[in-house]
Amino acid sequence: MQHSRILGPVGIVWFLATLVAIAYATRLGLFLAPVDALQGNVFRIFFYHVPHSMLSLLFPYVNFIASVFYLYWRQRNPLKALTADAVAIASAEITIVYSSICLWTGMLWGRVEWGLWWTWDARLTSMLLLWLLYVSYLMLRKLSSTGQTQTLAAVLSVFAAIDVPIVYMSIRWWRTQHPAPVFGGGADSGLDKSMYPAFIWNIIGWAMWGIFLLAFRYALERRRQAFEQDAALQAIEASLEIAK
Amino acid sequence: MTYFGHVFVHLRKDLQLEWRSRDSINGMLFFALLVVVVFAFAFDPTAATSRQIAGGIVWVALLFAAVTALNQSWTRELRNRVLDAQRMLPSPPSALFLGKALANLLFVALVEAVLTPLFIVFYNLHALGQGWMLAIVMPLGTWALVCNGTFFAALGLRTRNRELLLPLILFPISIPALLGMMQATTAILSGEFEPGPWIRLLIAYNIAFTTACLLLFETVLSAE
Repeated sequence: MQHSRILGPVGIVWFLATLVAIAYATRLGLFLAPVDALQGNVFRIFFYHVPHSMLSLLFPYVNFIASVFYLYWRQRNPLKALTADAVAIASAEITIVYSSICLWTGMLWGRVEWGLWWTWDARLTSMLLLWLLYVSYLMLRKLSSTGQTQTLAAVLSVFAAIDVPIVYMSIRWWRTQHPAPVFGGGADSGLDKSMYPAFIWNIIGWAMWGIFLLAFRYALERRRQAFEQDAALQAIEASLEIAK
Repeated sequence: MTYFGHVFVHLRKDLQLEWRSRDSINGMLFFALLVVVVFAFAFDPTAATSRQIAGGIVWVALLFAAVTALNQSWTRELRNRVLDAQRMLPSPPSALFLGKALANLLFVALVEAVLTPLFIVFYNLHALGQGWMLAIVMPLGTWALVCNGTFFAALGLRTRNRELLLPLILFPISIPALLGMMQATTAILSGEFEPGPWIRLLIAYNIAFTTACLLLFETVLSAE
């Protein structure tokens, strides 16, 4: 790991910058942004909930692209393929973290605003299905035997990517056929100009945090892979010693 | 031999195996029947509202029944290392997949043919919409379940706990298809809305995933 001499300090600086950005964004969101005209202070959860939901829709793309690269490199360049797989697992786990936070804060907000923890609204249902797809992806990784995990997971990721647009369309049809009660308020009514700094800083802060987690998990997975290769190599050498 | 010639040989082999053992069909049939009976205790089956839920129940019963048979269809190939022999065949691997998926389609269709009349009797049903459209919805929905199910059963074949894994990955992926077939069936039975969009959804789903399965099956078969 000769990269770690440069990457280590970069990681620490990035981490500190992320903490500063999140602290600033939280201050803007909780204290400096004006009180919402309709929802009062409850509205401030918006600054936490919406950036997380936006980012949880971004990381699946990283996972899909990494999986496609894995499948492409699998036989052409196995070492490169392993890096792609490390990105894939890191982004899948972060997708789960971000979409869980999105669902959970959304439920808290919904309880106050709509009086309901959950409703089978189009956006809530699609987010839940995204969460389910990625949980099943991690389950597959956990249950499959070593050696074929990466390939099977990459195939499932491609299937999930095909599924997401179909899910999105079908859920929208489903909800237009059986109209749900119309909820007022929410983010759709547009954002006041004075709220933009808090919103944008929260996106920046949580995106930086997501990228930090991604890089951290990636480095961890790379070390695990290196450890696994070393162990395999030692086993081969030991068997050769015996053969002599 | 043409591609479809290979598919036909695989299909004939699977039909022959099933004809001699009759494991999957008998198991599926009795299992689906049990699910229908259990649901009859959960809801009032004679009420007018049964028309609203019947479409969902029949598909849930078929889904659970199909899952029990799909795993078996590949574990058969593990005995005597048949699958390793299959990998060495010069014929395209997707022909093996297509043959097995078609065999499973026939098995599940047979279960449907027996189950549907029973279901109509038990739940006191008659379609208020266009009943003939069920003849389009049933094969489309069955193929959506069976095609992905056969693929994921192959994918999970060498994993630990494969009986558990298949539903865990099949159900989330199949949700749009399940939604489509349940809504279309409910539309036909209740006659309250148009099944058209849902049938189109099923067709799009089938085209997309059948293509993906055929293209990726070779990767899954040689995933080591």
